[in-house]
Formats: sequence, structure tokens, C-alpha cells
Amino acid sequence: MSEPVTFLKELISVAGLSGYESPVRELLQAAWRPLVDEMQVSRLGSLHAIRRGSASEPRPALLYAAHMDAIGMMVSGLLDGFLRITEVGGLDPRILPGQLVTVHARKDLPGVVVQLPAHLLPAEAGETLGKLGGLLVDVGLSASEVQKLARVGDLVSFAQPPIELSEEYLAGHSLDNRASLAALTECLQALQGRQTAWDVWFVATAQEEETFGGAQTSAFQLRPALAVAIDVTFGSAPGSPAYLTSPLGKGPTLGWGANIHPGLYRRFKELAERLEMPYKTELMPTYSGTDAEVMQIVAQGIPTMVLSIPLRYMHTPVEMVSLKDIARAGRLLAEFAVQLEPDFMDRLTWEEGE
Amino acid sequence: MATRASLANPRPPRIAEAQIRLLERLCNACAVSGNESEVRKIVLEQVKPYASEVRVDALGNVLAVRLGQTSQPLRVMVAAHMDEVGLMLVDDEGDGIFRFDVIGGLNASQLVAKSVFVGREHVPGVIGRPIRISEDNDRDEKLTLDDLRIDVSPDNAKRVKAGDYATFSTAFARLGASLRAKAMDDRIGVANLIELLRNAPPNIDLLAAFTVQEEVGLRGARVAGYALNPDLALVLDCTPAHDLPFWEGDSTAAGQENTHYNTRLGAGPAIYISDASTIHDPRLIRHLMETAEQLRIPYQIRQPGGGGTDAGAIHRQRFGIPSVSLSVPGRYIHTPASLVRLEDWKNTLRLAHAALSRLTPAVLAADR
Amino acid sequence: MKTFIQQLVETPGPSGYESQVRDLVKKELEPLVDELYVDQLGNLIARQGTPGANGAKIMLAAHLDEVGVAATHIDEQGFVRFLPVGALSPLSCLGSRVQFLNGASGVIGAEGLADENKTPTFGQLFIDLGRSSRTECPVRVGDEAVFVQPFIDLGERLVGKALDDRIGVALLVEVLREIQEQKIQSPHGLYFVFSVQEQVGARGAITAAYGVDPDLGIAVDATPSGDTPAGRKLVASLGKGPAIRVRDGSTLFDPSIVDWMVRTAEAAGLPFQLEVVEKEYTGGRAIQLSHAGVPVGCLSLPCRYMHTASEMVDYRDLQNGVRLMLELLQRPFLPGRG
Repeated sequence: MSEPVTFLKELISVAGLSGYESPVRELLQAAWRPLVDEMQVSRLGSLHAIRRGSASEPRPALLYAAHMDAIGMMVSGLLDGFLRITEVGGLDPRILPGQLVTVHARKDLPGVVVQLPAHLLPAEAGETLGKLGGLLVDVGLSASEVQKLARVGDLVSFAQPPIELSEEYLAGHSLDNRASLAALTECLQALQGRQTAWDVWFVATAQEEETFGGAQTSAFQLRPALAVAIDVTFGSAPGSPAYLTSPLGKGPTLGWGANIHPGLYRRFKELAERLEMPYKTELMPTYSGTDAEVMQIVAQGIPTMVLSIPLRYMHTPVEMVSLKDIARAGRLLAEFAVQLEPDFMDRLTWEEGE
Repeated sequence: MATRASLANPRPPRIAEAQIRLLERLCNACAVSGNESEVRKIVLEQVKPYASEVRVDALGNVLAVRLGQTSQPLRVMVAAHMDEVGLMLVDDEGDGIFRFDVIGGLNASQLVAKSVFVGREHVPGVIGRPIRISEDNDRDEKLTLDDLRIDVSPDNAKRVKAGDYATFSTAFARLGASLRAKAMDDRIGVANLIELLRNAPPNIDLLAAFTVQEEVGLRGARVAGYALNPDLALVLDCTPAHDLPFWEGDSTAAGQENTHYNTRLGAGPAIYISDASTIHDPRLIRHLMETAEQLRIPYQIRQPGGGGTDAGAIHRQRFGIPSVSLSVPGRYIHTPASLVRLEDWKNTLRLAHAALSRLTPAVLAADR
Repeated sequence: MKTFIQQLVETPGPSGYESQVRDLVKKELEPLVDELYVDQLGNLIARQGTPGANGAKIMLAAHLDEVGVAATHIDEQGFVRFLPVGALSPLSCLGSRVQFLNGASGVIGAEGLADENKTPTFGQLFIDLGRSSRTECPVRVGDEAVFVQPFIDLGERLVGKALDDRIGVALLVEVLREIQEQKIQSPHGLYFVFSVQEQVGARGAITAAYGVDPDLGIAVDATPSGDTPAGRKLVASLGKGPAIRVRDGSTLFDPSIVDWMVRTAEAAGLPFQLEVVEKEYTGGRAIQLSHAGVPVGCLSLPCRYMHTASEMVDYRDLQNGVRLMLELLQRPFLPGRG
């Protein structure tokens, strides 16, 4: 098993855009195969992997979900050898001019996103511009070559190579949410040779960035008793509002709000303190913006929790995380699974001291 | 040192693997205006075997002379600038985050979410917007320098400091018939000048000026022009190609043409008539065109209008120095990734070499 | 098909009130299917066949409803204020004729505007039913109306209101007719769903998909074309074949289904266009997120002037759409991302 940072760098060197997650799913299948009892792929492409527990049947299941899809773009038209693009997942178009990309056409084509100058744009920015209006991809080939190789629907992913800033800090594209998948992998490694009472599902969900569809349908299929979403959250920097962001290297964060069962929050908090692990409580008053949002309201409902890894420059190709935060998240998830008693659901209360 | 035999018959220079590798080294090197050392080192290493005299002047220009073989050869200055547009860290805000400023013409819109190298050690960093979280309703506002910071991570906070220079970290790449890199402006001119020095024609004293600080006001070229005081000057640069299509494409009723393209990729070396800082010498323009036509080298006219080259400073030195510019067209210059066509590069070098080889005092005989 | 299409578009069926169109379709389907029922939201569901080996339970969905308007207030002079049902622009309402489900007809007028050059808002429009007082007015608050325009057969092109999505309905009915007429054997169990309330957020598709619980779904809908002067930069053009949609504003279609559709069209020598649209949606999303997830695709028919009273489609695109669908349904296919 390669070093955590090596695996994470592999994870952020492949595309795996929403709806087209197979490049990253294959990496996960290979890495998780020796660490789990069984794996399957859902109808929407989510990866389900189970570590069976030791408690007697009917044995409850805990579900850990981290989305594997990444944001990017898709070819929406061809124009004189250039490619028009639309977004896959949410993109701020202001990050795009000058970005290096790969167009996954009949073969992979390196390219760059370019902004048309004003005199080539319609006089009034209106309907015809669309979401990524005025932006084109130039792959450096002639119009006829592009016509042969590319077509509407081809994916365009960021080509920014991973940047190892130091031993602790890594930057690159798709750290949202491959950082969490690295944490899940570290959790699996920490569980080797250890027993859990509950079954634990490790789910790499599909299409979180577009519809949360993977989490919703996987939770519906697997019907866990508890579900935890692992995602990234806004990392702070000097000058950023402290109440909206979390510092890098001092995490992970524990979510608090309508999307989180307070009893689960309390159990995670107690555990982190027992492990002497630094953490921050992250306030999410209504929605968490994570897979937990949909998992909580599947079928009869599921108590949910959100665990997050602070990340700077979210939804850009230069996202930055602390590898220490990833390791801590992995460890916390492993310890939570191990200490989960068979009758936890009977003890899960809303108020403290109930 | 150059040998007599190689001086006798100037082979027209070729662009082959070795030249592409050298351009790669040059483009990947980091040399912002005022801090050109990295490129200067490569230039010195490349020109020393071919020049009779090499010196580095007060601003850091590399001036290399290769004497001609005929009697009373024309003294021809050929210039290309070593510097690229870039950034300087100006304030340490802690935790590895720095406020920065731009050096040369760089648009903030090109800086968002890019990776950079900082300082001599090329410490990796990213440019981001750490202070505010992007919200849907602010996407219509352009981001400014004030919004952006360079972030080298807390661990590298002590490895860099205010005053360090930074450049994009884009790596050189070949895309079929195109080359993509940062700093094509003007490393491609530098590469061409190195080849010309290697293959200098015997009819001229070739006064090669690898200039500094072009991007911040043509400053190196000014003093180099004064010092060399040549008979005429040829400036090699990389000029924008805005040859992009209309967003509307063919569906506009009027069948519009892009009339502000400056130059076009694939249309050959660009000869300047005039730009914002120079009205180029018509005698030299004619010479370039006649040479191109005789040798069937494609060329295009760079549209008059904005911009400028080192010629802007050179032609005004001393008593006036007849000057002309010849550039490789490039898309997206002054952004992290510019694009040129291999064919245009080859033809620019061919034309420059042929034009130099055919220079005679007759070219400047008539009045301008 | 043209006669049936004319009947379809000239029958009113705004979102939530689709019964007249549903009855028209039901009559056509009865001799063609094994099973037919209507669910609690009004979706019409017809089953043909059962899945064999190498076959799947496939849900094909076109929507019955059209955009319309709903009365919100009747004033003292009998003018009716309204809000749109579905995505409508005030501009396409000006001067239009509408008909309520009880037959009452009228015309849409506008208040005088301070700025003649601005588009009015819905609040500045009203329906004039030709009555002089509230008591005489034949409609009540909440009543729905549709636009009125006669169907025009231009030969290759057809013009009518509600071609979105009566053209999809016509396509599916024609597919069923051909299956019976040509005695086509499909390895799949086919569920033809004529859904309701698509224009207000594809609500019918949610319950229809839950009920059918398919292995895969294909939405059949109209799609906006980009072939009119200085229009949106859309790829689809009339007459270039049905469109195979890769993604739209709410769904990323399953790549294996997109691939199946493209390969089938290529093998059968049928014209098609790959398309990506940003703002549109179909019932595909509701099907995709149903149960444990359902892979979905979308076959769409290019249409000009969508959500106006005079939409335009190309008849050959419809014919080729029928052919493509028949080819697809005869081929064994199992969706998979393994």
C-alpha cells in the first residue's frame, strides 16, 4: 500500500467528473479491495464497500459517504477549431481564463481556456452567452483536426498537476473531495486487524456536485441506521471571516445544525477529546451542502453527521489541504466505528442527559 | 570560439529537437523584469562559444558581438528581451499568505486560481482568494489584485519573503503543430537570437542585445541602443494573435469579420509597420518583404495600433537608429499559457536570417 | 402521425389538468398494450411485454402537460389576472388567445406601460374574456387555461402549440403502433409513461418512476434548437435528426446509455445530433434519483420557439426518432458501470 500522500496525488491526477466517475472509482476499487469484505457498484456508479461487523443479526449498519466526483467542464459546441464549454458541477467562471485543461476527446488533448476579447462578444451580454459565455478551449490544433477528434459531450478536466508545497500541505484540483476519500482509505487501513460490532459501509458517492444523486440512491439501497458524510469545508486564511472558515492543520471539523443529529455530534466530540485530537465545531444552521443533506431524508430518515476537512480555494484547481487533517479524520472515523456499541441506537438521544 | 570555416558559409539555421529543447529551458526559466538572472545564465552559456566579445551591462543586458568577415560590414543590432511579466510579493500577511503586485501588463483575471513559482528556489505556491468565499451573486464583479493573494502554505512561510519575484509555473508542452508555454514573449525571440548568433552571416557585425526590463518600459533596450550605436536594428519579439472567432460564429446575419486580430497564427512572421511606440523604418520594412517574397517565406503585417517592442526605445537613441520589428505571432501572451505555431517560428527565423544575410549599405542609401 | 399530432396539440392539458389529453392517448393505446393504468397523480402508464434474458425493465417517458396560465384574480370589470403555469415569458403572452378548460376563451392584454420599450411583467397583464363584470365572468380563481393556435402542416415542418411534449407523446404512441404492426420482438419489458406536471418541475415522473421501479429510463422530450438568427448557442437544428442529450440543467445522462444510443443510430444509418443544454430539464432527473438509482438517457426532438403558442418541429426528425427508438428497443442492452 503506497504512502497516503502518494495515493492522494494519484487520486487528484485523474478526472472523474460528476456522472463519469470511473477513472477515480477504479483507483478506489484497487486500493480498497484488500481492505474490505465485499464491493459493488450502484446503478448510478457509486462504489459500495462493506466491512462486516461481529454483532449478531440483525446487525445495524453505519455508512461513511464521501463523494468521488469532481467539477469540471463539458464540450457544448465546436467553433472554428475552438470548443465551447459548459460546467459540470458548480464553477465560478472567473477562475477559468488561462487555465490548463485536458479535453477527453477521442484521445486526451491538452488545452487552455481562453476568454474572448470584448469586440468578439455580442454587444449585449444576454441569453446567448450561457453560463461560461465568452470562454473557449484552444487545443492548438487545426479546425479539421478538432472536428475529427472532439465532439459535443466530451469532458474537459483541469490539468493542474498536484503541488507538494511541503510535507504537510498539498495543492491541486479535485481535493474536493478526493481528500475525504484519502481519509476514508486511511480509516480502512487503521481498521485492519480490528473488530467493529456494526457493519460499516464505505461509500464513494457519485454526482454529489450536481444532484447528490449518488448519496440519495445509495442510502436508499443500503438503509444504514447511521450515516456520516465526509467532505471538505472552507479553510481560513489571515483576513478571512473566522466564523465562516476553519484553520488548516487544526482540523477536522464537526458539523452542528439541522442536518446533524445532536446525539451523533456529541459522540464525535467526546471521542475527539478522548483522543486528544484538535477539532473545530463548524456551524451549519440549515443545510450542510454535503451528502448528509439528502441521506438524512431518505425513506424514513437517517440520523446523520458531517465531518469535514478544511480546504482553501474551494472549487478551483489550486485547492489546498493539510495532510495532517486528512490523517486525523481517518483516525477519528476508525475509532468511531470501533467504539460503536451494538445497542447505540437505543441510546441515541436528542438532549444531553436524556 | 567560432572557427573560420563555420564563419565562411552561414547555414540557414534550422529548428530541430535541440532548438525546441532550448526554447523549453528558456520558457520554463523564471525571469521577471528586473530579475533576469536565470535567463541571463542560459544566454551567456549559449552565446559564449560564438561571440568575440560578451559583456553584461549596468542593467543586466547581455551584449554579444560577432564580427563580420567582409570589409566595412554594416553594424546591425538585433535585440530580444529576456524578461517576462510576473509578480512580486509585497506584504507578508502570515501563515504563508502574501499580498503581491504585478510587474508588466498582467490582467488580474488571468491570475485567479493559478499555480506559481516564488523566488530563486522556485518555491511552489498558488494564487487564490482567501478572504472571501465566492458567492453566486458576486460573480458579475471582476476580481482585482486586492482580492487575490499568493499562498505558499504555512510550512513555506519562512522560505519566501516580501521582495521575492514570482512567475506562473506552466510547464512547456508540445500540442501537435503548436507549442504552449509561459513567457513565449519573448523567450522565442531570445531563442531566435541565439540561433542567429550561432549562424551569423558574414556580411554584418552582429551586435546581439539580450535586453532586460522590456515589459516595464523598454529600459534595457534604451541603454543597449545607446551603447552599441548600430547602423540599424532588428527587434525580435512575440506579438499577440487575437485571431479568435466571434462568439456568435456563423449565425450572425452580417457575416462579420474579426477586424481586430493584430496577427494570425499560421500566417507567418509578423512585420511591423507601426505600433504605439514606433513607426518602423520603411526601408527596412521593404527589405524584409522583398526578402520574404524572393524566398517565398510567408509573412503577415501586424496591425498598426497599440503595443510596442524594444524598437520603441532603440530608434530614438543617439541620432536616430533605423529600426524594424519582426515577431512570431502568439495567442494568449501575458497569460499563464501562450500558444505559437512551430511553422511560424521556423519561418520567422528563416526570414530574419535571410534578411540579415542580404543586408547591404544600399538598403539605407536612400533617405527614409 | 400528423392527424394524431394535430388532435394532440389542439386538446388542452395544462399542468395538473391533463385528463383530456390523457383520455385521447388512452384510447389509442388500449389495443396496443398488455396493461394500462393511471396512478394517483394522473400519470398514464402502459406496459408492453416483460423482460427476457439480456432484457431490462425500461421506462420511456413523455409528458402530457403543456405550459399555460392560472387565474389569480377576477376584477370588478371582469378582467382576469393570472400567473404562468410552467416556464413562460410575458413577451410570448402579449396578444395571445387563451381558452380555459370549461371552454371560455379570451385574449391577453397589457396595462399601459410607463416605458414603452420595456417588457411588461406578469403583474401588468390580464385576460379579457369579453365580459363586463366579475359576476358575468365564467371562470374562477385557480382555473387554468392554455394558449390557442391552430395546427399548421408546412410539409416538412409542423407548427402548433404544445408540441412540447405532444411530439414526444406522438413518438411513443407511434413506437407502440409499429411494435404491434411489425410484430417487433423486444427483449425488454417496456413501460410507456405519459406523465403529468412536468412543466412545473417533473413531479409526475417522481411517482411514476417509484411505481414502475425500472432498470433504466429514457425521457422523450422537445429540445430548443440553435438554428435561428443570433440565438442561444445550441447545437440542435431542425431536420438534422433527433438529438441524443448528454446533459442538461438537471441531469447527467448515463454515459453507457448515451453510447448505446449513438452506436445504435450509427449502425442503423440514422441521423442524430449530440447535444448539451444548460437550462432545460426533463423527467429524467426524477427517474434517475428513484429507489436505488436508475440510469437514464434522453431522446429529444429539436423545436423552435418553445413555450410559445407556435412551436415548430421537423416531421422527419420525429420519423427518425421513431426509427431510432425502435432500433434501440430491439437490441439487448443492460446498463452498467462496473
